[in-house]
Amino acid sequence: MISTYDAGLLADVGILLLGALSVYVILATGQLSLGNAGFMGVGAYVASFLTVEMHWPVTVALLAAALVSSIVGVIIAFPALRLRGIYLAMATLGFGEMVRSFLLGFDRLGGSGGYRGMQQVSLGYIWAWAGGILLLILMLERSRLWLEMRAVHDDETAAGLVGLNTTLTKIGAFGFGAAVAAIAGGLFAHQYVYIEPGNFGFERSIDFVLAVILGGSTVGLGALIGSALLVFLPEWLRFLADWRLAAFGTLLILVLLTRPQGVVDRALLAKLALRRAKAP
Amino acid sequence: MLLQQLVNGITLGAVYTLIALSFSLVMGILSILNLAIGELFMLGGYLGFAVIAGHMSLAVALLAGMLGAAIVSMVIEKVAYEPLRNTPLITPMLSTLGFSIILQNVVTNVWGSDPLQLPSSLFDRRFTFGSVNIGLMQMVVIGVAIVLVAAVAFLIQKTPAGRALRAVAENRDVARLLGVSAGRITLLAFALSGALAGAAGVLIGLHYAAITPYVGVDTGLKAIAVMVIGGATRRWGALLAGPLIGIAEVLTVAYGGSQERDLVVYGLMILILLVRPQGLLGGARTDVGQRV
Repeated sequence: MISTYDAGLLADVGILLLGALSVYVILATGQLSLGNAGFMGVGAYVASFLTVEMHWPVTVALLAAALVSSIVGVIIAFPALRLRGIYLAMATLGFGEMVRSFLLGFDRLGGSGGYRGMQQVSLGYIWAWAGGILLLILMLERSRLWLEMRAVHDDETAAGLVGLNTTLTKIGAFGFGAAVAAIAGGLFAHQYVYIEPGNFGFERSIDFVLAVILGGSTVGLGALIGSALLVFLPEWLRFLADWRLAAFGTLLILVLLTRPQGVVDRALLAKLALRRAKAP
Repeated sequence: MLLQQLVNGITLGAVYTLIALSFSLVMGILSILNLAIGELFMLGGYLGFAVIAGHMSLAVALLAGMLGAAIVSMVIEKVAYEPLRNTPLITPMLSTLGFSIILQNVVTNVWGSDPLQLPSSLFDRRFTFGSVNIGLMQMVVIGVAIVLVAAVAFLIQKTPAGRALRAVAENRDVARLLGVSAGRITLLAFALSGALAGAAGVLIGLHYAAITPYVGVDTGLKAIAVMVIGGATRRWGALLAGPLIGIAEVLTVAYGGSQERDLVVYGLMILILLVRPQGLLGGARTDVGQRV
């Protein structure tokens, strides 16, 4: 049996993994979102409202939250089609901050005082979602749809010229990413049983991106490695007491410098697979 | 009352302008967001505080804040940006984030996480013009901001180094073919950007008469909004957008509520991105959408 403390950390990994995957899917179409904590916030508040005040079962509430958030995602994605690269990133950053400040002033759901009353879910429940969605995305990576997404990522004009519907691909990615982020939010709310708008600020959005880039942005497994690193690294550095975060920042830079493509990439996976094939 | 709010807004806007310029100097050349700028700003504020607490003049405080932040900014360029020049733009952005984590941690350990208060006797003279009451402090903030912007404008528009900087921003490869050392110019841009952020930090310390290690994140994000509203690669757009956002923010707090403040700022930013992505003044390049 693991301790409550370790269980809390593992729950954090699962929630962060979902957040990272939400960025990963959008990034696969060449769009960087710095506002996924906004979708997470939408998911957290919608799911909590449904379980606390409407007495819905958690799973149904999560699905509803995902639906609401993906609708928001699609609405955001339409105007965002005009923007590219860093401009899109800055617009999504603005969206995230707007959600946060909207929630701060939204007194019906607690405003700056936060919202409580949720029932805690188990670690297994969180990982059922995280594992399930990771598996779904790993399967997606083997599909034709994924090839189309990568084509939009590599060269949008060329993808459009060969007859792919790049608009639909990009909007779909945003909608799906927003849904996954909302599930992360709903699970976060039912893990900590207390949420406040500050939980869903810029730092959270950047954590998601960090997990993806650190782990490796070209393979879905990278998000898993990155999320685990981001949660456990500060724990292992606990012996440094006050200087723990400085050490974390230094390690972060070192990893990015030595493996700019992330800890895991296709080349590494291929090498591991080859070794396994040779071994017997 | 309204006039008074306008003056307060312009003071805040002056600080935003400086940080937005700091962001846009790096953005214009490299199209990356330097996420450590918020922390350079905060560091500048603390250095300035330390100098003022040591009973030295404001000029020394400004110089210390600018110099300290500029040096750290150059270190960031060498360590976190230069080796990652050929990677997608997210990677250098995240390595600057690494620096921002380090800086915040170091400052918290050195000066503590509680807000530091400036001795209130300092610059508390106030002048009254009709119904408007301006503190000496506000005049200093606005005055210093104007001088710094003018100095940077002169440097960029009139000197050989500035010309080289504009050339690299326009087209790095062509500039290099013409004999401009792009590496040195990039370092210069980071140094300038750091100096501006550091100065803004000293000024915000004066404006609020207090500083915390967490001031960087909030103000930094807002400065990004100011930069976008002015037009990201159009450097002088920030001159208009800074006071505009400062005034919008102060007026929203006065007549709406402090909760709506950020909503207005980021709403304006998204509106500009969608309706007029080239910025208020126009002319900013939005086609530099480097792939992520």
